[in-house]
This record gives sequence, structure tokens and C-alpha cells, in this order.
Amino acid sequence: MVISDAAREKIRAEMAKYPKPEGALLAALHLVQKQTGHISGETAQEIADLFGIHPIRVMEVVTFYNMFYDEPQGRHHVHVCTNLPCSLRGARELLRGLEAHLGIEAGETTKDGRVTLAHEECLGACGYAPMLRVDETYHENLDLAAAKRILDELE
Amino acid sequence: MGLKVPFVTGYLTEHFGDDAFPTLEGYRAKGGYEAARKALGSMTPDEVIELMKTAGLQGRGGAGFVTGLKWSFMPKKGDKPRYIACNADESEPGSFKDRILLERGAHQMLEGILIGAWAMQAEKTFIYVRGEYAHPAACVQRAIDECYAAGILGANCLGTGFRHDVVLTRGAGAYICGEETGLLESLEGKKGQPRKKPPFPAEYGAFGMPTTVNNVETFSHVPHIVAKGADWFRGFGTEKSPGTTIFGVSGHVARPGLFELPLGTRLDEIVFQHAGGVPNGRKVKGVIPGGMSMPILPAGQLDVAMANEFLRERKTMLGTGGIMVMDDTTCMVRASCVITYFFRDESCGQCTQCREGTGWLHKLVTRIERGAGSIEDIEILADVTSKMEGQTICAFADAAAWPVQGMLRHFREDFELHVEHKKCPFPESFEL
Ligand SMILES: Cc1cc2nc3c(=O)[nH]c(=O)nc-3n(C[C@H](O)[C@H](O)[C@H](O)COP(=O)(O)O)c2cc1C
Ligand code: SF4
Ligand code: FES
Repeated sequence: MVISDAAREKIRAEMAKYPKPEGALLAALHLVQKQTGHISGETAQEIADLFGIHPIRVMEVVTFYNMFYDEPQGRHHVHVCTNLPCSLRGARELLRGLEAHLGIEAGETTKDGRVTLAHEECLGACGYAPMLRVDETYHENLDLAAAKRILDELE
Repeated sequence: MGLKVPFVTGYLTEHFGDDAFPTLEGYRAKGGYEAARKALGSMTPDEVIELMKTAGLQGRGGAGFVTGLKWSFMPKKGDKPRYIACNADESEPGSFKDRILLERGAHQMLEGILIGAWAMQAEKTFIYVRGEYAHPAACVQRAIDECYAAGILGANCLGTGFRHDVVLTRGAGAYICGEETGLLESLEGKKGQPRKKPPFPAEYGAFGMPTTVNNVETFSHVPHIVAKGADWFRGFGTEKSPGTTIFGVSGHVARPGLFELPLGTRLDEIVFQHAGGVPNGRKVKGVIPGGMSMPILPAGQLDVAMANEFLRERKTMLGTGGIMVMDDTTCMVRASCVITYFFRDESCGQCTQCREGTGWLHKLVTRIERGAGSIEDIEILADVTSKMEGQTICAFADAAAWPVQGMLRHFREDFELHVEHKKCPFPESFEL
């Protein structure tokens, strides 16, 4: 079993909040992915069993949303926003600087599995550009030096 | 981590600098939940809806529909439960106002939701927060928990016997889940693909039940209207567009950030006075006035009041009030590349015009930017946008077509120069 008993307990509590349990599917995926890093076929099967739905329904949702992953990821996600307001203030240069710093391209993971670097669409921080998101935390008003420092401190 | 307090504040944001305001105690210290007490304790649901109609508040999620009218569409009685969905998906590029309302004003929004719930006799609200807003979502959850502990939400709201529950749902990174029926699908644990309308959400909404969808900011205005009245509210803004709104200014300005100002404030005043104008001795080239879906205005047309009745005359709209400023180094073809990339990426793919159209727009502008485009490509570009409008299940395809039309209307020369020079003629422009 991939999903812990504690996580199952939490998922059942989420299900109870909706008129139909399936409303908790996104919540369940967030919870499980936090533990497992991505949603494998096996994990999808377990989630499907919990909800009493077909695993294809689960994978359909996983692949529709940008924040769910069906493949293994780095320990940390570093996402640089490259939408227009951020690009106007140097987001592309920042992303390129980080690619060089990590020796990978956007979309790739460092060899040690520490960081997956990616670009992302607008994150609601346009006035504080350029910015990046490390997992669940926003870092705003960055320059390359500050961004490198943030990456270097990740475990 | 948290957002900075707006540079200019009004009734929505005046206490956002107070670190206690996000807590129930701090909110109550400023009169919080008195409006809900008044509505639930001494007004009938119909009276609240009438008040909202008189106040004339327009939805702040982008479409600007009159809130009181929307609330009146909810079926009155029946055995079906009625729901509210609070749209906190904020993903329109250029918009970051809902984030601060969640981080610093969660109780203000919840009070508006509770009043709306009373007016529509709704039993449950789902607050749909975009997945990336982890910190804002935590702020809202804390406020919800405080409300349950204090008896503001739950089986006996504020001791009135009215029952209302609030559930926080987190999205997972999909722009289209901000479209109201995409949001409803997502709430049901599905792909966020918009539904055909009719039936409209007031008839067939979340889980098939009558549902009203309103934006975070829309709800945040409600307690103020109930507390101070429709006349007071109409004292802000224009006759047709009352109240304040929170403008977000980004791009090439000296002071990017949030500014709460009355609707009808002039765009040039916002850009040059409040946001400090364009730095480095540069001039403005163009300004997108309301989030990326809204057509751009050239430098000569910034003398416009920021309200739909005036913006429409210039073939654009207020949208979400996300103002993006571009200086005279900016290549508008490059800007179009970024814009069309976004829409191509975020189309849910259900409608051919949208799925194929957004792909074509991106392909054409990219070709022109690289210097490989022809004059005919510019014509095809315009033609594709006209075929995407008004044809699809949801307004996303229009939102993808309009900004390109705006670029061609005001900056066609930029496109032609690329064709003529067979390369980008703006070497100082932002990098792609
Ligand atoms: C593609 C698309 C994306 C949208 N995204 C949002 C959004 O992120 N937040 C929002 O409040 N409204 C968004 N809307 C508008 C909603 O469909 C809906 O009109 C709004 O939530 C209604 O609330 P209001 O009446 O309070 O403005 C979007 C619309 C479209 C077509
Ligand atoms: S217009 Fe685009 S986003 Fe909207 S339903 Fe059709 S394909 Fe999906
Ligand atoms: S454009 Fe980068 S956060 Fe909005």
C-alpha cells in the first residue's frame, strides 16, 4: 500500500465535506502527492479504490492539472513565472541564469534529484516580478543572485 | 511570503496594514460581522437582494455582471439544496488582487459569503482557491476554523438558527477552472472543462444543484454595502459602475503593486501618478487595462476612465483591473508571442475553434517574430481571431482572440516591420 492510514483518514474526512465523495478527488491527489512526489499507476489504482471509481478517471484528472505529476519529480519544484508582466521585468533572463546555474534546462531535474526546474504561467505575483515558486512558497522581487541563493539552500 | 499592503487603500483594504485584521479578534475590533448580524437578524433574504440591486455592485471576476441580479436568479424554494461557489481561482495574467483579499481580508470575504448565503438561502459555500495559492488558502482555512469555533458558521450562524457551511477546495493549476462552469466541474473532482450553457449554474450548478458563482472581491464588498447602505456605496465610482476596486499594476512602472481606487479613476492617473510612471526616462508604448484577455490601449488613449461604459468605447474592458504597462522598448509581436503561448497552453481543447485557433495564433505570431512571416500571415492572423469569437462553449476563445485583435488594431506597424526587416526590429525589447 502506498497511501498511509493517516492519509486515508484525511481523505475520508474530505469526502464527507462534499455532496458526492468524488468532490474530494483533487484534495486526495494533493494529499497523496505530498507523500509520494508523483501519482504512479499503482497509486492511482489505490485512490480509485478509495473513491470507488475507475483508475482512468483518476489519471484523467492527474494529466489535466499542471500541479499533478504522473512521473517522478525532483525533491523540490522551482517554477519561474514567465508570463508577460514577469517577462517585462526580466523573468526570462532569470530562468536562463538558473538553467546555467543548475546545468539543466527548464523541464528537467538535476542529476542528484534535488530540483526540477520549470517555467510557469502567471502566479498572481505580477507586481513583484520577477518571481519564482519553490514548492509551496513564493519568492518575489528577485534578481539572479538572490534566486541562486534560494536554490543553493534547498536540501 | 505575504503580499505587500496596497499603496492606496479604500474601504476594502484600509485595515490591511493591521496584522491583527486577518484574525477574528482583529476583524471584530473593526466592526467585523456586524453587517452579517444585521442582515441575518433584521433583514429578509429579499431585502438583502433588493439592497444589492440598488447598490449596483458589479461582479469583480472579469465579466462585470450585476451581483444583485445574479442573486435574484437563484430559485426561491424547492427541495434542492442551493450552493455558492466563491471563485478564488485568480489566474488571469496581470491579476493579483484576490490574493491580498484572501491573505489579509479572509473574514471580510467570509462575511460577504455569509450574507450572500442568507440572501439566497444557500446551505453551503465552496471556496475554490487556485492550487498555487498555498499561503492564501491557509489564511482562509484559519479564518473558517475561527468562524466555526465562534459559532459564526455551522448549524446556528450568529445564533440566528440559520445553517451555513463553508468548504475550502484547492485547484491544481488550470486557468480554465476560473471559468465558472469549469470551476463547477473541478469542484466535482473532474477535469475543469466548461459546460454548455444553458442550463446556467443558477439552475444546474455544483453537483447538479442551483449554484451562484461570485468572485472573492465581489463578496468582499458586500458587508460594506449592508453596513453603510446603497447610497454610500454609490458615492464611489461612476453612476453605472459604483464602488472601488483593487487595481494591480505591473510591468514597466516605477511602483508596481496594488491600488484600491474608485471605478472611473483615469488610467493615466493610475499609471503616472499612483504607479509612478515609466522608469529609466522611457515613455509608455501601450497598456493592457484589465488582465491579459483585454485588448491593449496605445499611449495616446490612456485618458480613459476605468469603467466598462468608457472602456468599451475604446474597444476594451475593465476585466480584472490588472494593468500591464509596456514602455517604448517593447516589441508588441514578442508580447503577442507570450500572450498566445499562454492561451494555446491553457485551452481545454473541447472546441475546435479554440483548440486549433489558439495554436494557429501562436504559430503565426512566432513566425512573424522570427522574421519568417509575410504580410499574408498578418491577414490570416486577423482572420483566425474573427473565427474564434462567439463560437465556443465558453468565453476563453474570445479572451484569446481579443488581445491579438487589440495588438493588430494599434500596433500593426510592429508586425509589418518584422516582415519588412525579416527580423525583430526592436533589439532593446524584453527577452523571449
Ligand atoms: C477563461 C475564463 C477564466 C476566468 N477566470 C476567472 C477567475 O480566475 N476568477 C474569477 O473570479 N472569475 C473568472 N472568470 C469569470 C467567471 O466565469 C465568472 O464570471 C465570475 O467568477 C463570476 O463572479 P462575479 O460575478 O462576482 O464577477 C473567468 C472567465 C473565463 C471565461
Ligand atoms: S472555448 Fe476553449 S477553453 Fe472554452 S470550452 Fe471551448 S476549448 Fe475549452
Ligand atoms: S506574470 Fe508572473 S506572476 Fe503574474
